[in-house]
Amino acid sequence: MTTPLLEFRDTTITYRGALGAVPAVRGINLSIGAGETVGLAGESGSGKSTLAMSVLRLLPSSTTIGGQILLDGEDITGMKWGRLRAVRWADASVVFQGAMHGLNPVRRISDQIAEPIMVHGNETGPAVDKKVRELLDQVGLPKRRADAYPHELSGGQRQRVMIAMALACDPRLVIADEPTTALDVMIQAQVLDLLAALVAERGLGLLMISHDLSVLAGTCERLAVMYAGRIVEHGPSAEVVRDGKHPYTRALSGAFPTIGDPASRLAPSGLPGDPPDPSDLPSGCPFHPRCASAIDECSTIDVGPRPVTRDHDAACVLVAAEAHA
Amino acid sequence: MNDVLLQTDDVHVGFATPGGGRVRAVAGVNLDLHAGEIVALVGESGCGKSTLARTLLGLHRPDQGSVSFEGATLPTSVRGLRAFRRQVQLILQDPTGALNPRHSVYEAVAEGLRIHHVPGNEPELVADALSRAGLRPPERFLSLLPGELSGGQRQRVVIAGALALQPRVLIADEPVASLDASVRGEILALLLRLRDDLGLASLVVTHDLGLAWNIADRIAVMYLGRIVESGPAPEVLTAPKHPYTKALLSVLPESPERIVLTGEPPDPARIPAGCRFHPRCPALASGAADAVADRCRTVDPTPLAAGETGVACHLVNQIEPATTG
Repeated sequence: MTTPLLEFRDTTITYRGALGAVPAVRGINLSIGAGETVGLAGESGSGKSTLAMSVLRLLPSSTTIGGQILLDGEDITGMKWGRLRAVRWADASVVFQGAMHGLNPVRRISDQIAEPIMVHGNETGPAVDKKVRELLDQVGLPKRRADAYPHELSGGQRQRVMIAMALACDPRLVIADEPTTALDVMIQAQVLDLLAALVAERGLGLLMISHDLSVLAGTCERLAVMYAGRIVEHGPSAEVVRDGKHPYTRALSGAFPTIGDPASRLAPSGLPGDPPDPSDLPSGCPFHPRCASAIDECSTIDVGPRPVTRDHDAACVLVAAEAHA
Repeated sequence: MNDVLLQTDDVHVGFATPGGGRVRAVAGVNLDLHAGEIVALVGESGCGKSTLARTLLGLHRPDQGSVSFEGATLPTSVRGLRAFRRQVQLILQDPTGALNPRHSVYEAVAEGLRIHHVPGNEPELVADALSRAGLRPPERFLSLLPGELSGGQRQRVVIAGALALQPRVLIADEPVASLDASVRGEILALLLRLRDDLGLASLVVTHDLGLAWNIADRIAVMYLGRIVESGPAPEVLTAPKHPYTKALLSVLPESPERIVLTGEPPDPARIPAGCRFHPRCPALASGAADAVADRCRTVDPTPLAAGETGVACHLVNQIEPATTG
């Protein structure tokens, strides 16, 4: 097997807060190869954005990372600054959520897209201009908009600029953190189509993060569902969405109803309770206080991933119980 | 159903722009809301749905046309508006912004009671409103500050503040857009329960069609200041007729065939001549509407009447005339 583009090995991430240590990510194993698309789903506080930021070491310096995060086989936790700078944008890049805040409001977008190219490549002047125009073309922005400032663009256009920047140095891995959350459905569809097309065309690895399972399922082959800092279910997208084994996955997929499905008509489905506080997790399985299928054991033991099929696992006691039955 | 609570009659709302132009945010809308029903007003950003909602609350005065509550035109005096707003309460998208961070839950809910001089035992009224909004037992929440609550709990406090005044109508502008997926269903279930238990009518402004499928009895689809399709929610969502509604539904992740409209959402400062949707209309572009193409480009379709099940589209109305029966 070839080395994956990105591999998390027993990764843990702990924030140091005023009130002590907050374990945001508690043991993640996940790998992404070239041309693979992986969706990471979860709610606020589940640790999904923390995990994304950790890949390029974008977390506060007080954060401690345990385990390994391998980028092309090289552990990023041990990288020196110079190496890290070279890796950022060129090997892996991030499309951040909220495109409004990711762009510099007083610089033209063409200059902002050119910046990583000039920092990382040897190209100058006309070659950079040419590259910027190509990128704008690829993300479907009219070339005449190259000299626009961010505020002159719509939300969808700004998100396209962010994608153009992420692709500027031909990275092999793109991490997209809620790339379409602030956008309207129609613009969201345009941006997702664009991402999918670029990934397919360039054979990129894509890690896409969202709280919307249906958005992820439409773009990614595999899905990992996070709850309280762990992956609770991981498998092929269609299988996870349609036939999720973890009760939390089922609740998430029920939260966004399928229009035309009589079961959800006038019957919104949600989960009682609130997402857990990472600094004060419940005992046993952290999901048990909100779980409709919880049994006595759940409050005392926290099970790891259990195989459902060959490439699908779920961290729930009921998975084994079903297999026995 | 003839117990109409809120109704708009040919409402136009515009804003002056810095250049001396005028943005026509709402351009001739007829909409009604009956007691005990939930109507979803759906559309993309900039379509005028939030402006329409604010006009229904008397926060904008229409340039033309009128808004009436229980058959009487909305008052314009401060005193008259205050009495009206006790009946019609607003719930905003972001509960964190709607709550004063230094006011306890009790204060937040009691504020409305004081403004409206509601007679009765204040602590009892507050506790009652909290438990109806699903914050039980209310005593546990009274002294908490918004910062100590989760997003879902904050939205429940906002809803409790509205319920305390025993309104007839809730106008909710994207009530779950800022909430986590698992909490979303719970808040929607609350709106449904309030309708069933108290006969409370709601107008839910949203761009989320799944939400409409979850809770709405009727749906009105808005495009560039005009309602282009309206009718019972199951009908509109499962058998959309207007090319715009069809496109909106087609880009949902589970949809088999996607019609991605090109271009950005249109600009209310420059409403196209003829049918306002014609420059983006897939039916016109594909030639399916050739027989009516001239009318699409030159004649503005007749606005839908309040409560009408129908479509403002030349093509659809040519095939099956609007005058049913």
